[in-house]
Amino acid sequence: MLIPVSISISVVIFLIVHLLPGDPIDNLIRVGSSTEDRITLVLKYGLDQPLAVQYFRWIGAIFQGDFGEAIVLRRPVADLIAQNLPYSLRLGGAAFAFSSIAGITLGTISATTRSAIVENIMRGFILLGSTVPGFWLALLMILFFAVQLQWFPVSGAKGWSSLVLPVLTIGFGGVALVARVTRVALLDVRREDFVTLLHAKGLPSRTILFRHLMPHAMLPVVTILALRVGWILGGAVTVEFVFGRPGLGSLLIRAIGQRDYPVVQGCLLMLALTVMLGTLIGDVAQAAMDPRIRETKK
Amino acid sequence: MLEVRDLEVAFGQIAPLCGVSFALEKGETLGIVGESGSGKSLTAMSVMGLLPLSGGRITAGSIIFDGQELTKLPEAAYRKLRGGRLGLITQNPMTSLDPLQKIGPQVDAVARLHLGITGQQARARTIEILGTLRIPEPALICDRYPHQMSGGMKQRIVIAGALAANPDLLVADEPTTALDVTVQAQIIRLLDDLVKERALSLVLITHDMSVVAQTCDKVVVMYAGRAIEQGPVEAIFAEPQHPYTQALIGCIPKGLSEDEHLVGIPGTVPTVMNYPKGCPFHPRCIRAEDICTKTSPSLLPRGDGAVSCHFPGAAP
Repeated sequence: MLIPVSISISVVIFLIVHLLPGDPIDNLIRVGSSTEDRITLVLKYGLDQPLAVQYFRWIGAIFQGDFGEAIVLRRPVADLIAQNLPYSLRLGGAAFAFSSIAGITLGTISATTRSAIVENIMRGFILLGSTVPGFWLALLMILFFAVQLQWFPVSGAKGWSSLVLPVLTIGFGGVALVARVTRVALLDVRREDFVTLLHAKGLPSRTILFRHLMPHAMLPVVTILALRVGWILGGAVTVEFVFGRPGLGSLLIRAIGQRDYPVVQGCLLMLALTVMLGTLIGDVAQAAMDPRIRETKK
Repeated sequence: MLEVRDLEVAFGQIAPLCGVSFALEKGETLGIVGESGSGKSLTAMSVMGLLPLSGGRITAGSIIFDGQELTKLPEAAYRKLRGGRLGLITQNPMTSLDPLQKIGPQVDAVARLHLGITGQQARARTIEILGTLRIPEPALICDRYPHQMSGGMKQRIVIAGALAANPDLLVADEPTTALDVTVQAQIIRLLDDLVKERALSLVLITHDMSVVAQTCDKVVVMYAGRAIEQGPVEAIFAEPQHPYTQALIGCIPKGLSEDEHLVGIPGTVPTVMNYPKGCPFHPRCIRAEDICTKTSPSLLPRGDGAVSCHFPGAAP
């Protein structure tokens, strides 16, 4: 399943990039350069070839571990990615951890609380978190926490404090989503017969919650978190840019602006692979948690 | 052992159960019968103290178990009774076990919690109980997951969980309804044997009159949240006084001959939202007269039992 998906993704990525109007040469040559210079460069990067030929050249090189050379930045794409990826992974990983931990905790509280006030606050937060767009939230947070209160730096990637605002921005929507899914799943599973029977066995509510209800509630949460990997990376693209952080997102946006085909393709391919990897890990995690799924896969 | 007196249950403003009373001695089996929606399961949940789970509460009456008033018992003390001295068997074995956990730990938990024994001992006990419930290869079963078992086996495992801490009273809420007919008979026989071997008291909730006839000492017939007739099984079956009880007994299939048709009771049980005024059974009753639509009859002793009807008596 993963292999045909990867192949189609590579085709789509390649085509989308080449469908953009303009080309990298425009960003490379000085205004007023001669047509010959231009043609030399076009020939050098093989941009005169039919798209199909270009695609197979690109994909063939990738199979040999060669992502090509950035046309505008004039460095190997693999180097650029290797340089930027750690920043993105740190940001994405922290945002992922934040949205899972905070989301599961809030969801559990809102499903188990008996206070109507707490429940309404949670609901309001979940609604807000699911609807507010990340880039706008980012600007608000910069204005408030970085400019007015000066708790965190406005931009950049120096130290852990610079990670706080971007992580909050990307994670916010995730927290709300995960909280909502956790809450619904907990309320659902609580109605099951076996839960009544667990109470009838005299088990304390706390034990029932943590040992029996949570594992069930985590099944849909794991699915949503796996899908969330892609969302977080996608969100990171704009948020990295807003916060002026280095990373795959910033690299990608700059490369799109310059129509630097190999870089855009390489970045998109990395993002797509991470999304697929996330889904794969999600499936594996679910099989580890649910014996019924293990059975059907055999 | 167990005495329920004038039990009333409410969910918000709605009172689906009112005026249910019965008593049960050690080693006795009490059947509670009635159609779906008559309040049988609510009675079971009240005894187990599990009404708050579904948002209900006991508004009046008392439940006395072994000299202890249960309706005012604090939750912590109730928790010790549940599983320890009160065992529950639920209706649908397919959904009554945690699908993510192995069988063994699910049964062990009860003994660990109530008998204070640990790991190995609890497992040995589980294996022993599974064995007495005629489950083949109990040691292997402990490492299986519920979805790998048949319905009958699952119900035995549920029963094992209910028995693990040697309870005095077992509440079985339609333990065979979700099972195949052949398995039903096995489970009923199993419960019957357990009651005799362990001197258990059993509250058996069912809608099957023939099950009651086979296994119970006493029976309570419920309709629309009330006990309408109760007494010793022999007396009820020999001379049912309430027209509803008579109709229920009339529904037991009798033979295989061609001219025997299955009998039903016309009409349906009213839902909680529209319990009729007066006697709740009057819209479906063949004996109903004016008074039945106006005043609700009270449960009065008659013969060996008690009946709640304006015109009690043997079937014409």
